[in-house]
Amino acid sequence: MSKGVLYDANKCIGCRACQVACKQWNQLPAETTTNSGTLENPPKLSARTFTKIHFTEAENNGKFHFVFTKLQCMHCEHPACATACPVAALQKTKNGPVIYDDNRCFGCRYCQVACPFGIPNFEWDKPMPWIRKCTFCADRLGAGLEPACVKTCPTGALKFGERDDLITIARERIAASPDKYVNHIYGEKEVGGLSWLYLSPVPFEDLGFPTLGVEPVTVNAERAMGAVPPMLVAVAAIMTSVYWVIQRRQKMSQTKESDKNKVEVTK
Amino acid sequence: MIQRIRSFPIGATIITAIVIACLPAFIIRYLYGLGAISNLSDGRPWGLWISFDLYCGVALAAGGFTLAAVVYIFGQEKYHPVARPAILTAFLGYQLVILALLVDLGQPWYIWHAMIFWNWHSPLFEVAICVMTYTGVLALEFSPAIFERLNWNVPLRIIRAIQIPLVIAGVVLSTLHQSSLGSMLLMMPYSLNPLWYTPILPLLFLTSAIAVGPAMVIFESTISSRVFGHRMGQDVMAGLSRTIPYILGIYLLLKLVDLTARGSVGLIFTAYPLNLLWWGEIIIGVVAPIVLLSMPNVRQSSRKVFWSAVLVIVGLILNRFNVSMIALAPRPGTIYFPSLMEFAISIGLVADALLVIMLAHRLLPIAENHELAEGQELVEGQEAI
Repeated sequence: MSKGVLYDANKCIGCRACQVACKQWNQLPAETTTNSGTLENPPKLSARTFTKIHFTEAENNGKFHFVFTKLQCMHCEHPACATACPVAALQKTKNGPVIYDDNRCFGCRYCQVACPFGIPNFEWDKPMPWIRKCTFCADRLGAGLEPACVKTCPTGALKFGERDDLITIARERIAASPDKYVNHIYGEKEVGGLSWLYLSPVPFEDLGFPTLGVEPVTVNAERAMGAVPPMLVAVAAIMTSVYWVIQRRQKMSQTKESDKNKVEVTK
Repeated sequence: MIQRIRSFPIGATIITAIVIACLPAFIIRYLYGLGAISNLSDGRPWGLWISFDLYCGVALAAGGFTLAAVVYIFGQEKYHPVARPAILTAFLGYQLVILALLVDLGQPWYIWHAMIFWNWHSPLFEVAICVMTYTGVLALEFSPAIFERLNWNVPLRIIRAIQIPLVIAGVVLSTLHQSSLGSMLLMMPYSLNPLWYTPILPLLFLTSAIAVGPAMVIFESTISSRVFGHRMGQDVMAGLSRTIPYILGIYLLLKLVDLTARGSVGLIFTAYPLNLLWWGEIIIGVVAPIVLLSMPNVRQSSRKVFWSAVLVIVGLILNRFNVSMIALAPRPGTIYFPSLMEFAISIGLVADALLVIMLAHRLLPIAENHELAEGQELVEGQEAI
């Protein structure tokens, strides 16, 4: 069964312990940043920062909300990055995580372009760069542990479990206090479903989440790729038969001409 | 004759100077990484090299497979004199694409991973495999020029024997990867503007590549006839230019029917300012050439045919830049314009290819005139006896 994490923006206090835990577990260096006038830091995800808390001030139903959202790889059920990657360096595991294998990657960065959430990041400053992104702590999951960020979360804003169970829990929370949540579990259906699920007191577009349909982004590309083998056979067959027909026609006209010549000679 | 040899090295000197001037960009890239020379970022991971060297490069090299098909499969012997230069430029074009990828890839020394780690679902995997294989096919298709020069008859006979299967393989591989470059963009339904995003992108890519193939051959042949002083048959140019309006007509029809079917046809008026680019590529690269090349008096003038071909090429370049860069939204908050060194890499590679073309025209039998062709047939006839 596929694992997931439920993030509840109403329970998050913006302490950013998850950011610290992530850096520690993945042994990522700190980033040098400048004061941007907010407590939000670093300004964006990078090859050295796999997760961060994003701060939003939003108004909903005449009420002011200071909303925190945790950004990281969504670990899609139908990941665009995994379909895009020409060398299958990115793969969706049965367990839930979308994992990356730098023994395969050659740095084409198609995953970066394809990801609808803009998650995979690249080590631009290194002469031998890799793609870096949240791993869903696949190593910890393999040992029966929770992801580092979930483990460290002091308020229970992050809940780890079976994805299906988490959807049930999310529905119960919305039903229990419909005035506190918008009736939308972000990630339940978006682009075919995400392993990370979100609850929020304000509409998700106000939090900067992309508005996405239920169809996986890989559908059209996979359909096109499915047409490749029949195309290959069809084009080869058409070209061969055209060649054959034209050669035959030329031969026929040649023999006709030579026949004419013969007739003329005998005359 | 003497004049030609004297005037030739001046152009070559300028081009060599450009190649040398662009060299530092390559060195810095391999020592310090992509970030050191490019304006690429996580927000805009693909830039000038992908749009120009890969997307435009592959499409503009379409002259190789279209001409090979016309001459060897459709049996239009009339175009034989331009087939070999077209195959040479296609061969160099694909090498250019691979060289550009060796700059653009983060870990170019692992480019061979595409051959051992396969992801059948990835359009880029298909492009990688087809580009590699097709470059090999083009090398074989072009090799007779070298064997003829060296008088190596055995390999020459082998290549001649497998020539038709080679050409068919080339057409198949080209069909697949020209269209797959379009399939690559199908993965981005949310970032590519709906004026361009459509499930039939692969078909549009293939059709426009077939249209630009003959246009590129006209372009190259006209220039090389000026530079190297070969005579160009006007009936060949007129014949090539006659096909272009039909293919562009199909392309235009596909585009309009697709926009209407998707209910997005209104976007060509409302999606300001991107709709201006759409109009630009349609008017410059499709409508104008269709109108011009449908007029017999335009087809009779080699100058007018040349400029009409230029329009087709400019329109295609604009289209490939639109779909792979300008109309493809970056991550929020990203602004991209190529850095000087990114331009230096692209210009350096093109200059490199021009040098090789010049050398090839001097050293190899590229532009066959009719006498030479007849002579070859004679030689072949003798061998057969």
